[in-house]
Amino acid sequence: MVLDVGFWVVAVVAVASGAAVFIVDSMARATYALALSFIAVGVAVLMLRQDYVGVITILMMVMEMAVMAVYMVMFMGMNPALMPMSMVHDNRRAVGAAVATFVVLGAGALLIPWPTRRGAPPADPTRALGEALMGPHMLAMVVISPVMVATIVAGVVLAAHRTRYDRFGDDLRRRPARDPRRGGVGR
Amino acid sequence: MGEPMVSGVTTVAAGWAVFAAVLLGLLALFAAALDGVATARAERSVAAGGGGRPGGGRRGLAVPLLEAARLLRQCRRVPVASDVLLWRVGVAGLPVLALLMVAVVPLGRWTLFDLPVGVVWFNAMDVAVWAAVWLAGWGPNSAHSLVGGYRFLAYGLAYELPLMFALVAPAVAAKSLRVGDIAAAQDGLWFAVWMPVAFLIYCMGALAFSVWGPFSPALGADVAGGVSAELSGADRLLLLAGRYALLAAGAAFAVPLFLGGGAGPLLPAWAWSLLKTVVLLAVLVLLRRRLPAVRPDRFMEVGWLILLPAALLQDLVIALVAIGRQ
Repeated sequence: MVLDVGFWVVAVVAVASGAAVFIVDSMARATYALALSFIAVGVAVLMLRQDYVGVITILMMVMEMAVMAVYMVMFMGMNPALMPMSMVHDNRRAVGAAVATFVVLGAGALLIPWPTRRGAPPADPTRALGEALMGPHMLAMVVISPVMVATIVAGVVLAAHRTRYDRFGDDLRRRPARDPRRGGVGR
Repeated sequence: MGEPMVSGVTTVAAGWAVFAAVLLGLLALFAAALDGVATARAERSVAAGGGGRPGGGRRGLAVPLLEAARLLRQCRRVPVASDVLLWRVGVAGLPVLALLMVAVVPLGRWTLFDLPVGVVWFNAMDVAVWAAVWLAGWGPNSAHSLVGGYRFLAYGLAYELPLMFALVAPAVAAKSLRVGDIAAAQDGLWFAVWMPVAFLIYCMGALAFSVWGPFSPALGADVAGGVSAELSGADRLLLLAGRYALLAAGAAFAVPLFLGGGAGPLLPAWAWSLLKTVVLLAVLVLLRRRLPAVRPDRFMEVGWLILLPAALLQDLVIALVAIGRQ
């Protein structure tokens, strides 16, 4: 009973703070409204006894929002991030898309014949979920992770305006590298 | 992990959270008093050597209480166009996060919250400190505060991953993320002894998320106090107390993770837990006067080129030992 009430409370908090992202007029408030939404989702997952998934959701999302605060000042030219600003654009089409999505998903949730539960929940739901997700595909997962890391590194390298030729000279022989700021390990 | 492992830790009633809060408060007060004494001593020796003002004296011990009394009577000052909501959330967040951290730390045989993923919980709370400190820097609409907040995030990007991988080592060795299991897995040999790199990186992480010692430039005098620049009255008290509470929580969590939990001769388990926490906390407090401040921009390379590979190598060694033992 207490758990049911708690679940509904965090569900409402998740949706309301998700909506707040578009209502507030500051980047900081929008960022942390989103963080609050994710924390509420993490607590809801925790209540489903998916301890690891719930806590890791909170961890990753709070970290992500903090990093977003770095990006928001780093990449937003004249720093509108520091001023009050509207969090929406292209209003009419956005509202149309949102209503259409809501109707489709809501109709799906109401009209689908939900299956009845077969069997009992496992003793360790996190382990069961992991095996269901990963079990037969472990090789694929192991291959995908280095590919994803390589993609991130490649993306950063392509986005950086300084290349290795700026750092090490045309023949790549200059040591130490010419950096705008010296590193912390004596280079 | 089919059946729960026997960790010898019992969960106490939720009402004991008040006791935990009081205990954390006392530890924070101890840390503040110790720092007050150390500061008074340093000032005295400077005064003796350089002919400066005498004094400081024995009042060091009472400094935190006097300061708390002063701040509680001080009028609260709010800068123009500040985001008061986010500011208050950030400042009050620090002591709250410290309390959430100690919720999973067993005191001897008792724990408030015997979460099967306690280590991840602690990690999530220390990441939330990023958000709290940045919000406290953002809120007052002041350039100096904001610089302080970003300094902390710069440290965060450098220290957090090494800290995460340092937390992995005890969990791998104990084959559990439950804090009680990790404490129980160290009979005879403390994890601090055979995973010293992970322990040292953890201690660095505890200093860092408490904005303490080498990582205090986020509150630096060169940016007029950084995150604390605009804080006054009860808000300032919360931030300063929150730092000490975080330091205390960091020391308390190291005990089950690296220092054998409540294990020890003669004294009961809770006393050993408390004793080890107090000793480590004292070391962390006094380190402030021994270590230089690190620059946020330079520390990034230290974190990624030295600490992270060191932590990963430590994890590899621990994993190989854990496999070899099976």
